[in-house]
Amino acid sequence: METTHGPSGAGLLEVRGLTKIFGTLKACDNIDLDIAAGEIHALLGENGAGKSTLVKMLFGSLEPYSGTISWKGQAVRIASPGAARRLGIGMVFQHFSLFDSLTAAENIALSLADDTPILEIAEKARSLSKTYGLPLDPFSLVGDLSVGERQRIEITRCLLQEPQLIILDEPTSVLTPQEADKLFETLERLRAEGKSILYISHRLEEVKRMCDRATVLRHGKVVAHCDPRQETAASLARMMVGNDVAGATRPAAPAALGEELLGICGLSRKPATPFSIPLNNIWLSLRAGEVLGIAGVAGNGQGEFFEAVSGEVLQDSADVIRIRGKGVGKTGISGRRLLGAAFVPEERLGHGAAPRMRLSENLLLSRHATDRKVFLGTAGVIAKAAIGAATQRIIEVMDVRKSAPDPEAAALSGGNLQKFIIGRELDRQPSVLVVNQPTWGVDAGAAARIRQALIELARAGAAVLVISQDLDELFEISDAIAVMHSGALSKPMPIAEATLEKIGLLMGGAEPGHAHHSREVA
Amino acid sequence: MRIELSKRPQHSTLFSVLSPFIALALTLVAGAIMFSLLGKNPGEALYFYFIDPLREVWSLHELAVKAAPLILIAVGLSICYLSNNWNIGAEGQFIAGAVLGSFIPVVFPGFQNWTVLPLMLIMGMAGGAAYAAVPAYLKVRFNTNEILTSLMLVYVAQLFNDWLVRGIWRNPEGMSFPGTAPFHEYAVLPAIWPDAGRAHWGIVFALVAAVVAWFMLSKTLRGFEVKVLGQSPRAGRFAGFSSSRMVFFAFIVSGALAGLAGICEVSGAVGHLNEKLSIGYGFTAIIVAFLGRLNPLGIVAAGIILALTYLGGEAAQISIGVSDKVVRAFQGMLLFFVLACDTLIHYRIRLVSALPRSKTAEA
Repeated sequence: METTHGPSGAGLLEVRGLTKIFGTLKACDNIDLDIAAGEIHALLGENGAGKSTLVKMLFGSLEPYSGTISWKGQAVRIASPGAARRLGIGMVFQHFSLFDSLTAAENIALSLADDTPILEIAEKARSLSKTYGLPLDPFSLVGDLSVGERQRIEITRCLLQEPQLIILDEPTSVLTPQEADKLFETLERLRAEGKSILYISHRLEEVKRMCDRATVLRHGKVVAHCDPRQETAASLARMMVGNDVAGATRPAAPAALGEELLGICGLSRKPATPFSIPLNNIWLSLRAGEVLGIAGVAGNGQGEFFEAVSGEVLQDSADVIRIRGKGVGKTGISGRRLLGAAFVPEERLGHGAAPRMRLSENLLLSRHATDRKVFLGTAGVIAKAAIGAATQRIIEVMDVRKSAPDPEAAALSGGNLQKFIIGRELDRQPSVLVVNQPTWGVDAGAAARIRQALIELARAGAAVLVISQDLDELFEISDAIAVMHSGALSKPMPIAEATLEKIGLLMGGAEPGHAHHSREVA
Repeated sequence: MRIELSKRPQHSTLFSVLSPFIALALTLVAGAIMFSLLGKNPGEALYFYFIDPLREVWSLHELAVKAAPLILIAVGLSICYLSNNWNIGAEGQFIAGAVLGSFIPVVFPGFQNWTVLPLMLIMGMAGGAAYAAVPAYLKVRFNTNEILTSLMLVYVAQLFNDWLVRGIWRNPEGMSFPGTAPFHEYAVLPAIWPDAGRAHWGIVFALVAAVVAWFMLSKTLRGFEVKVLGQSPRAGRFAGFSSSRMVFFAFIVSGALAGLAGICEVSGAVGHLNEKLSIGYGFTAIIVAFLGRLNPLGIVAAGIILALTYLGGEAAQISIGVSDKVVRAFQGMLLFFVLACDTLIHYRIRLVSALPRSKTAEA
């Protein structure tokens, strides 16, 4: 184990031999970690490496099995998030815990133990957020705010408790490049004040740019403490994954693209709930052999768009959506699949897969209509053997790692489940694939494999539509990129013309006629 | 010292099987405590309650008479509950089936031939199904809570039946007692072995329904659809299944089975329609469904156990002189323990001492 000692400051948090065991899995195995005052410390690791388990123990949501945590030189036992807050540890979660129907100030008041009057809280929040460059209107309704603004509420709420250590879990995964830049300024200001930050991310460039030190976890163990500025993104990735991660190779798109496989002609949709985004006159044409990326900040209508294209929600007119030349606006998802389309939704558990069902049952979930002849016998009796064989085939092709022969979907790590869900659709060799956030929360190794598979599918003659928040990913795999903002879709920009700046501006709604701030789905 | 629940990574197959037995054992222990608080010898009381009724052939027949409606109803409820449709109104559907099924013998007593009984059974099922379709429609159309609507419809059915048997359907020769005239021979569901006891064909229907439902749920795409829509509605929609159609399917199947139970009870066990139609079969069947782990084969066993609490309750009133309310107490405890023990399937229980465990590391 290579160790570099911290650059400056006294030890604020010292963790020695921290271990947490779930059943037979050592989620954290003998972890050592030091955080000095006034540093930004990165915690790196693939999905399932034990990052979340570690920070949950530091924040008191989980109790360690063994090991010690020392705070300013004193051994402490952090029994609850409340205890962590009293010590001076604050946390901003990846998934926000805010009530949409309350105002920012009310949300902040809810998390404070005392009964300070709401106006006082609002005033404090306003001035604090201003000091740190996170302008916030305490009386705005959370439901009306963009993700970036919601994150500001979370951060302000955390800062109000005057923590000395702030834990940030994947804070930029939902932000535009511009919003992320603002966040980095805030973090640097906090560091200048002597506060420490534990920064969890798998975006290596950010870590290199911001962090003073990094601790890398793999399979629950610390594999390295290092100075990220001395490392390259590739060497950091190597530490996380344990071997070299190859970027996807993208052969040039065929000069003449094939026929149109997916056509969307003026798709509009009224908001289904008060917090969902209306879709506004979307036009799109996707040809055989092409990967089209749709960029956009989360909650700008991507979910609504996916539901409309997949047929989970039907349109009023058949011709709004065409799959292989056939109008399918009024055809359900099974009918669209029968035409050769396949879909991968953003949520893995509960949408793309039923959490408490086995992988083989989850195979049947999306393929009972298209593979009826193989998977179902007379009177709809399920052919267990055929499904089992297909499940094994997908597991082998996609290298799905699991603990039991046919585990429940919820027992798999996010990346492995995603590999299975994508493999389930690829196994059918679809002619149209629509995938929403293909590698969200997936580790580098699995993500590379998934991206390569998407490119190969397109080059084999399918049309692939990728909705993603990860711009690096879109630039890696797309032949053209369009941006979704406030339910409207920009014109696709060929990859040769696209730059991060251009796309980033479109994501922020820079096109004329767009409201500056986006709203987010509840 | 505190008790900590930690989530298992996968549900425990062992405890899926064991939990109903643990619940039964705990119910017996709690029952023994209850009897000793009542001043009875708990051993003797439990013997009269649970063992004595099983010692005679005729009382085994009685057991089958009571178990048949419980199993029929609970099998239907299992489909409802697995698909996340909370039909609490099986008692009302039971009565609706009994009333509509009695229509022919009561209104056309002169129509007597072998077609009467099959028609009655079909009308009984139709009555239950139609009555269950009401909360289903309200749920799909207006997003109403089916727990409330199905439960409230029970009281409507009870009062409607009461009105019928005291009013226009009352037997004119019945000395003013509420109830219809006794059914003629073609309208009576026959006993299986008339020489040995009263058990009628209802128990056969119940067993057939259990086997068919088990096959459907565990082996077919329709059963898969039921479970997917019950567990993750969004994944079900992604699969292309319709949750509205499932609401109707689950309610109509379970209503039809409750209706069948109702008409079998009237034409098999009682012989005419009266105001004391049910001893709470529709509600007790909820316990049966959960004790049987929502598995139709488990429900057969659970139905027999709950039928025994009815028989034991009757026996214990006579032999040891306890109130018939004891039956309800037993059933309530059983449901409580069944639901509590189900926690063991998804959670592990650990006793944690108050001392921090990190002291080993400090040493």
